[in-house]
Amino acid sequence: MNGMTMKRSFLFRSLIIPLWISFLFLPFKGLLPAAVLFVVLSVTIPLSKALAGYLKEIRLPDLRLTRFVPAGDRLGLLLLVPALLLPFAGDNYITDIATLAGIYIILALGLNVVVGYTGLLNLGFVAFYAIGAYGYALLNTRLGLGFWSAMPLSVLSATAAGFLLAVPAVRLRGDYLALVTLGFGEIVRLILNNWDSFTKGPNGINGIAAPQVLDIQIGKISLYYYLVLVFVLVTVFVMRRVQDSKTGRAWIAIREDEIASAAMGISTTWHKLSSCAFGAFWAGLAGTLFAAKMRFVSPESFTFMESVLVLCMVIIGGLGSIVGVIVGALVLVLLPEVLREVQMYRMLALGCGLVFLMIFRPQGLFGGKHAASDR
Amino acid sequence: MLLQQLINGLTLGGVYALIALGYTMVYGILELINFAHGEIYMLGAYLGIIILAFLTAAGLTAYSLPLSLFITLVLTVLFCSSYGFTIEKIAYRPLRNAPRLSPLISAIGVSIFLQNYVMLTQGATDKVFPSVLGSGGFEFFSTRVTYLQAAIIAASGIIMVLLHLFVMKTKTGKAMRCVAQDKVMASLVGIDIDRVISITFIIGSGLAAVAGVMVALYYGLVNYSIGYSAGIKAFTAAVLGGIGSIPGAMLGGVVLGLAESLGASYISSEYKDAYAFVILIIILLLKPEGLLGKRREEKI
Repeated sequence: MNGMTMKRSFLFRSLIIPLWISFLFLPFKGLLPAAVLFVVLSVTIPLSKALAGYLKEIRLPDLRLTRFVPAGDRLGLLLLVPALLLPFAGDNYITDIATLAGIYIILALGLNVVVGYTGLLNLGFVAFYAIGAYGYALLNTRLGLGFWSAMPLSVLSATAAGFLLAVPAVRLRGDYLALVTLGFGEIVRLILNNWDSFTKGPNGINGIAAPQVLDIQIGKISLYYYLVLVFVLVTVFVMRRVQDSKTGRAWIAIREDEIASAAMGISTTWHKLSSCAFGAFWAGLAGTLFAAKMRFVSPESFTFMESVLVLCMVIIGGLGSIVGVIVGALVLVLLPEVLREVQMYRMLALGCGLVFLMIFRPQGLFGGKHAASDR
Repeated sequence: MLLQQLINGLTLGGVYALIALGYTMVYGILELINFAHGEIYMLGAYLGIIILAFLTAAGLTAYSLPLSLFITLVLTVLFCSSYGFTIEKIAYRPLRNAPRLSPLISAIGVSIFLQNYVMLTQGATDKVFPSVLGSGGFEFFSTRVTYLQAAIIAASGIIMVLLHLFVMKTKTGKAMRCVAQDKVMASLVGIDIDRVISITFIIGSGLAAVAGVMVALYYGLVNYSIGYSAGIKAFTAAVLGGIGSIPGAMLGGVVLGLAESLGASYISSEYKDAYAFVILIIILLLKPEGLLGKRREEKI
């Protein structure tokens, strides 16, 4: 590269791009913030470009988790110790957030089956979560069923909904499937919102009973935390077994190449159906746990943004990786709590983060290389 | 009553059709559902308010209302086209050869960013559009049509005809159709694909901006979240007419607008927003190629 083009590309980066971007932001915030933005960008863009050159030279250490902590089962056990001790160490607030994180881990692992293993993009996954939550809420408040007798029913209805939606939907190509699931999610929310006589509409249902274990009312958050923890461990255990089973491998094969896997004798239709139903099963379980924790449900908890948030948990950690999904869920639940002051900018950062993640690391933080190989 | 609903539906349908054109053009060329397109429409509505308020403060609106509205429209279209152009450059172009899910997720990211950016800078509450147009109108077969409704129907009709002529007759339009058919072949015959894609985004975003300003004038208030539902409805319109087909998007928009307006008055207005989703699901399951679309074979 000769000096002339070097100079021009430097000028381009430090003047024209920042000028253009601050011009685009101008009408919404006025002149002064746009000028500030221009100054900031005209420093950061050439700087990051220059730094990128140096960073390429530096050989970064391998940042995979297994390098620093013992691999496999021992890693899980190591993580379990702080998880078990948490209610003793922290106050109720921290335990409460951790409980919520546990519920999201179950939900995200369920979505991971559909999106991560089988490669079917579901943008309305929160619908099954909502069915699980409302299932328990309605069975409990209307029929007086307890947690343990209502849970199988609500989880089953979420699974059935997942299966029934999948029957017509799996014939569709990738992004059409995404839209049908999105539409389904919205329809479920609109029904919950408008069917006043049955779901109490936007006011939601309150007075849901807390679960009971051996005559002990699990009302206290620390006890409920352990209940959720048990369910998380069960979920992780089942996921690990399923991932290496014949069915799990068939799902991954479909994600990698649908035509080739059909040629190998895998029934793609059946496996897509089972994947959707299996994913919805965990969403139903997470929903039931959510309703029992909050003891209140309303349609507000089940918006499209919620679906996107769960999808982000799966993607940030890495499609198809259990550890990745758990880390993704923890990050997205804990980060807003840590950054309370700048919470307003959380969604802004999430949007930017998704774009940059797709550009620079499409397989997610912990995803394997193979996840990105489909067309 | 029926005629009134038909006119309301036609107005709504014209707006949906304008947004749907952006979806269908981008999908035709990139096979990407541009989730951020609905947000461009929302930005257009906000920019319309901001620019018109600025012009009113500068005294231009008092001097000449049509001139002021015209400048608002032109500036909004310019800004929104720039947004579309920039978004494509930053968020979609690096992902041209990535797996299919990646650009879709990137588009969702852009959509989240824009929505929250507007919410942070303009507030989460409804913003009221300065009421500059009176509710004047005329009688049409004993039905009242406001001038604004007539203007929206006429403007969207004219724009669609112009776009159709542009795509069918001009050299750039031919290049766009060529790229939509086969990108590799198009580049072999000397078409600059990056340029064609940029033009597609610029035109699509400009149309969404027009729709945004018209809706802001029509309803008189905007909210940062209008882009999502309008985007989904417009996408439904595009799928309904046959995605990738420009006449299809127009037809789909009008049909959807009519269905929504008639459904709201004759079935139930509570589920007004659900009709689009029900239509979307039924169309995708029964006739995924849409009313006017061609069936695409899966390439191996």
